[in-house]
Amino acid sequence: MLNLRLDKVSLGYGKRRVLHNIVLEAKPREMLGIIGPNGSGKSTLIRGITRVISPSSGQVFLDGQDIASMSHSDLARLMAVVPQNPVLPDPFTAFEVVLMGRTPHLGLLRHEGERDLAIVRRAMEVTKTVAFAERRIGELSGGERQRLSIARALAQEPKIMLLDEPTAHLDINYQIETLDLVRQLCLEQGLIVVATLHDLNLAAQYCDRLIMLSNGKIYCHGVPKAVINAQTIKEVYGAEVHVYPHPLNDLPATLIASEKDRHKLSQKSV
Amino acid sequence: MALELLKDVTIPKAATAYPLHWRSRVYAIVGLVVLLGVVMVVTSAIGSTHIPLATLGQVLLSKLPFIEVEPTWASSVETIILDIRLPRLLLAGLVGAALAVAGATYQGLFRNPLADPYLIGVAQGAALGAVIGFVLPVSWQAASIPLLAFAGALIAVAVVYSIAKVGKTLPMTTLILAGVALGAFLAAITSYLMIASGDKLHGIISWLLGTFSLTSWWQVTMVMPYIFVGIIIIWLHARPLNVMQLDEEQAQQLGINVERVKLILLGAATLITAAAVCFCGIIGFVGIIIPHAVRLVWGPDHRFLLPLTTLAGASFLILADTAARTVLAPTEIPVGVITAFLGAPFFLYILRQKKRAVF
Repeated sequence: MLNLRLDKVSLGYGKRRVLHNIVLEAKPREMLGIIGPNGSGKSTLIRGITRVISPSSGQVFLDGQDIASMSHSDLARLMAVVPQNPVLPDPFTAFEVVLMGRTPHLGLLRHEGERDLAIVRRAMEVTKTVAFAERRIGELSGGERQRLSIARALAQEPKIMLLDEPTAHLDINYQIETLDLVRQLCLEQGLIVVATLHDLNLAAQYCDRLIMLSNGKIYCHGVPKAVINAQTIKEVYGAEVHVYPHPLNDLPATLIASEKDRHKLSQKSV
Repeated sequence: MALELLKDVTIPKAATAYPLHWRSRVYAIVGLVVLLGVVMVVTSAIGSTHIPLATLGQVLLSKLPFIEVEPTWASSVETIILDIRLPRLLLAGLVGAALAVAGATYQGLFRNPLADPYLIGVAQGAALGAVIGFVLPVSWQAASIPLLAFAGALIAVAVVYSIAKVGKTLPMTTLILAGVALGAFLAAITSYLMIASGDKLHGIISWLLGTFSLTSWWQVTMVMPYIFVGIIIIWLHARPLNVMQLDEEQAQQLGINVERVKLILLGAATLITAAAVCFCGIIGFVGIIIPHAVRLVWGPDHRFLLPLTTLAGASFLILADTAARTVLAPTEIPVGVITAFLGAPFFLYILRQKKRAVF
């Protein structure tokens, strides 16, 4: 079974090291969430896993193979990324952008065949982007672009899907819809999903395991209940919050309070 | 629904509901091929000596194998067609195609609508090389000017490239800035040499504005291989170029070896631009207006944009050169003057017609 493993990966930009000795493992049918405050290295971790930045030490293994030894297209056939703020070229149509997901499966001389078009169509159906397939990117909303990025990632037929803040610019209905879709794909297609999330409640509800980053290091990891509590959030984020079990499923739910009520938090915290 | 996404993908009839507009694009390519043919035939009949189309057809047919045509025309007519007009229009076509495709390539690579083939130092390098050739003793000029222009263009880009390279990557913004800076430096030297060149100034200026006078077959055969090979390499990278319209990070995550594609495309575009400018000087505007006009009409997909741009660029420069040699005949106007004079209003017209975002 395919697995993703990071072995003591350190990486950064130029001489500035952002992540230190990251060790993690992810398996199919599992959603792994990466949480941590701004600047803790969440997006950098995604860049390291996708080889946009090469680790200064340590290795990323896919199925036991070091990704540094794989070709770009081999890697892209296994691994798809939904970027945080995707730059999409305005004059292209939505359909053309999703079709770009087929790139790693096509050589320089091969055109998209019927099968490629069918895969793209299915990816667009699943992500509910069919309605605006022929519209130009410049005319689409942020939520629509986000779903297009997911459709494009699906069109790659990946085994691993990495999502960098997939819900960052979405309204609450699209946040739920997007993560429902990702979770469904994860389970039904046996995908490995790694997602960075800044919303702790979404992270707790949707991820099987969480890794909490603090200043480029893994602060703690485990099931949501073990990672998200008032104490870790105070230590890592420096924020006082109230965490209590979700009434429907016991998963940790993070509640915030404005300044006027914050003095009551310390008494109530679990 | 998602369950079957990756398994047993059946091909629904409706899969063709989002066409790639193959048909209209193929029609466009065929249309431009026909246009190019018509332009070539008509312009070779036009000039100081008017040649009827019937005679033109007979002369051309007589040169094809296995066809016997009884010569009914003066031998001077044959010379004008075959040794003067034909090589000239072929060179103009090749150069037009090269500059237009190089422009489209740079615009795609830099994701910048203002990029033209001369953006990273080709023109300034070629100009300096040519001006050095002009100030050499007269007997050396014929061979040395194109050679020095070609070398100057390639060396300038190589220097810009090595300055801009950071480790294994090539940041495109740095490349543009290095190109602008080195270009200014080279232009300063060129200007100095021009001021000091005395009576050779007229020749230099007409070279700098671009001209196809004095074209003969050997020039065509010299530049053709470079331009053919370069254009084919660029065409083959149309899909990677499409994907690179996303940012470089996404392109890489979609399996494109971004640094290698950049290197190949920069190399090919530089080579064809250097080949284009070395004999006929720096012809402006083709590399900007033709790709944009094509993009406005047929969309941004490079798989069609690049071939269409090639054909349109060839036709456009043949027409411009015909105007250059006929409008004020027997005086020749530099073709660069014509390309700007015809091209700019045409481009503005298209821009007014289609006001949608094209880049």
